[in-house]
Amino acid sequence: MSDSLLQFRNISKSFYGNSVLANINFDVKEGEIHALIGENGAGKSTLMNILFGMPVITSTGGYEGDVLIDGEKISFRSPHEAMYAGIGMVHQEFMLIPGYTITENIKINREITTPNPVSRIFGKRLETLDMASMNADARKALDKLDMNIEEFTQVAGLPVGHMQFVEIAREIDKTGIKILVFDEPTAVLTETEAQNLLAAVKRLAAKGIGIVFISHRLDEIISVADRVTILRDGELVVTKDIKDTNAVEIAALMIGRKVAIDRVQSEGRKVSDEVVLGIRDLHVGMPGEMVRGIDLDIRKGEIVGIGGLAGQGKLGIANGIMGTYPARGEVVFNGKPMTLNAPHAAMASGMGFVSEDRKGVGLLLNESIELNIAFTAMQVGNRFLKQRGPFLFQDDEGIRKHALKMIQNLDIRCESPLQHAGSLSGGNQQKVCVARALTQDPVFLFVSEPTRGIDIGAKKLILDLLLKLNEEEGMTIVMTSSELAELRSICDRIVIVCEGRVEGVLPPDASDADFGLMMSGSRGGKKEDSPERSADHG
Amino acid sequence: MAEMNGNGNNLSRASRSLLGDIGLPTVIIAVFWVLTLVAGHFVGISMSTLVSDTIKRAGMNGILVLAMVPAIQSGTGPNFALPIGIVCGLLGLVTAIEMDLTGMTWLLSSFALAIPLAAVVGYGYGKLMNAVKGSEMTIATYTGFSIVALMCLAWLMIPFRNPKMGWFIGKGLRETIQLDAVGGAQILNNFLLFTVGEVIVPTGLLLTFAFFAFLVWLFFRSKLGIAISAGGINPKFAQAAGLDIDRNRVLANVVSTILGAIGIIVYSQSYGYAQLYTAPLMMAFPAVAAVLIGGATASRAKVSHVIIGVVLFQGLLTTALPVANEIFAGTDLSEIMRMIIQNGIILYALTQVKRGVQ
Repeated sequence: MSDSLLQFRNISKSFYGNSVLANINFDVKEGEIHALIGENGAGKSTLMNILFGMPVITSTGGYEGDVLIDGEKISFRSPHEAMYAGIGMVHQEFMLIPGYTITENIKINREITTPNPVSRIFGKRLETLDMASMNADARKALDKLDMNIEEFTQVAGLPVGHMQFVEIAREIDKTGIKILVFDEPTAVLTETEAQNLLAAVKRLAAKGIGIVFISHRLDEIISVADRVTILRDGELVVTKDIKDTNAVEIAALMIGRKVAIDRVQSEGRKVSDEVVLGIRDLHVGMPGEMVRGIDLDIRKGEIVGIGGLAGQGKLGIANGIMGTYPARGEVVFNGKPMTLNAPHAAMASGMGFVSEDRKGVGLLLNESIELNIAFTAMQVGNRFLKQRGPFLFQDDEGIRKHALKMIQNLDIRCESPLQHAGSLSGGNQQKVCVARALTQDPVFLFVSEPTRGIDIGAKKLILDLLLKLNEEEGMTIVMTSSELAELRSICDRIVIVCEGRVEGVLPPDASDADFGLMMSGSRGGKKEDSPERSADHG
Repeated sequence: MAEMNGNGNNLSRASRSLLGDIGLPTVIIAVFWVLTLVAGHFVGISMSTLVSDTIKRAGMNGILVLAMVPAIQSGTGPNFALPIGIVCGLLGLVTAIEMDLTGMTWLLSSFALAIPLAAVVGYGYGKLMNAVKGSEMTIATYTGFSIVALMCLAWLMIPFRNPKMGWFIGKGLRETIQLDAVGGAQILNNFLLFTVGEVIVPTGLLLTFAFFAFLVWLFFRSKLGIAISAGGINPKFAQAAGLDIDRNRVLANVVSTILGAIGIIVYSQSYGYAQLYTAPLMMAFPAVAAVLIGGATASRAKVSHVIIGVVLFQGLLTTALPVANEIFAGTDLSEIMRMIIQNGIILYALTQVKRGVQ
């Protein structure tokens, strides 16, 4: 065990009684590349936050277990301390100052200075910068990475791949760097840039630095890592040597069998061949969930699931079509071309939308349940209104009657229809959102992350409700969710979105490995066409 | 996180929610007002005069405060550009004088002339507010200042000839126009005026305020009104519901500007004088302060906030002055005290602006 550079021993962490990490053992040897993989929420970030002593950990009661570096127990109280102990991190998003040169970015806050008359009086902070030796240091770091770019170039305007290298150069320039954490380093890189980066990672490991490599790209992990540790739902599934495993196995282990929600099938459902919604080359500019050209046909009466890892663009689809984020492309609904970027038109055409952002977009938290339910139908469909002269006033009686009916039908647990929506529990808030969408009498419903932040019992109710709407009203439903288990429980087919595109479509009973591979964008060794990808990033 | 802290906090949470309902600033100002009333009683100031003055001042300022509601509800924040509406109202008022109208005809014509003007100007102002999203309050304040400065020129150059409002020598309008001359002074106040004991109740004035308060209340129960307030509370929600937020913000500011125009006419008739030139410069601040003291936040205001706020703010102002004068007898502090007290209240209210934005 003594050859381990970094060791996590029986690490457990819970937030407010909610266990997010249980009994994790994980170690990195000198010169080893240890890959860490898991779905969103599996606990990767929490583990790294513990290593760096991030405030989010310390302020929530710390963690159980020990972290050892070189066999010595450590406990950092701030990322600064972690830095001094020789741990560095390369972020997914660059933390660089565009207007500074590469050297300045590498040396920021660790400048080499020489005293001058002013600094002798006013202190060290006013010493002169020794640009020559700073440039030399930067050069050395860049050379280690085989970067033949001038150290005095401004960071602004560099290709993203180069920025990533500057970031790495900054980390390795820190004296005594022992452990380097890469958090999805290739997420924003083109194929060639990613290859260069992986080569650099290998070179760093060869110099004896221990590397934690977080990624969800299985092919990368296979090609670069020595060992892989798979986390799932805060538990360590297994640590394996790469040579003893393969992408298919890793994918299957990553998805695993979760608490299955029984798949209900009934006879009453009618799925016709008629395409109700045709999407061609849809692009959506939703920050963090960019959609980069989706083609998809939804048939009448279907329940279609849209899955994929966070940030891959699955949430952008519904938001783009419903006009909450700027979109372009061709969308045909019920045989008629849809105007994009027009929420009003989308809703008037018979589409309903339950947003993933329940508190932000979904509800008026400080308004009554009844107003929340009636709002869209009132504004878009001109319902629940009374004409008084030239003005339209809200019809209190009608709203109350309808709200009471919805509260009963959807079993919304509340004191009265006048209670503020914000004071309800997550599940009941979600039901209010669904109730509002239903009040518009849609024939087509987008539901995004319907069970996020809801307890398991309420989850089942929401899913049953969607199924019932589909069966009894023949409503076509497109459900977007990060939880594969719930997609598999009610959907007829599941579309997996990766990097803003449709990676593939799977039946709900496809194997874990199929889902895992597809979500990681590395289905069966399929190579992506790199010219197109680099165009996206350029 | 509150759940984590166990039972000990239940009590403080309950009291906090009670305060949340009424609003801490409201409570503080109310307590302060009561204290000055008590002090006033001890230094021998006539309570009935204080009450009469409070009622009158609340009535005359009420509609100006009401103008804050549409602006706040639409999400543009308190209408610091109230002077825009005010100069529209004043323009209507002097035009009606120029037309040699008197009495009730003069008053109604003033309204009729001012409203369309305010609607047009308010539209432009609303467009401006859409162009400067995120810094509405600052831009609004300086827009108001600029308009007042511009109108100083206009008052001088306007080719009105009626001797009731011209300078005795030279061209242009006087700084202060006596409304007695057109039979307009206290015309609303004196309508159905009665006294209870020694307290004077200006029925017409209060009815006018009540009428417009009712209209605004009704407006925010209409389809359009609900759409406007949804856009103010949660723009993302409103957008997802297919509302045109920008259009609604413009409409709300049109309504606000019109209320400002009506408000100054009602104010002027009660005061007995129409004040031109730099008089409107600072008039937005007492109105903003009043609505905030009444319990409004920068993103949420109700008619009830206006009524509570204007009574508290004007009440405190009318009470605090004579009391201060009495206590610091022998010095002529009244104007200085007025400035300190009024601006103190405004400053305090402004520090509370962000309270609703959590």
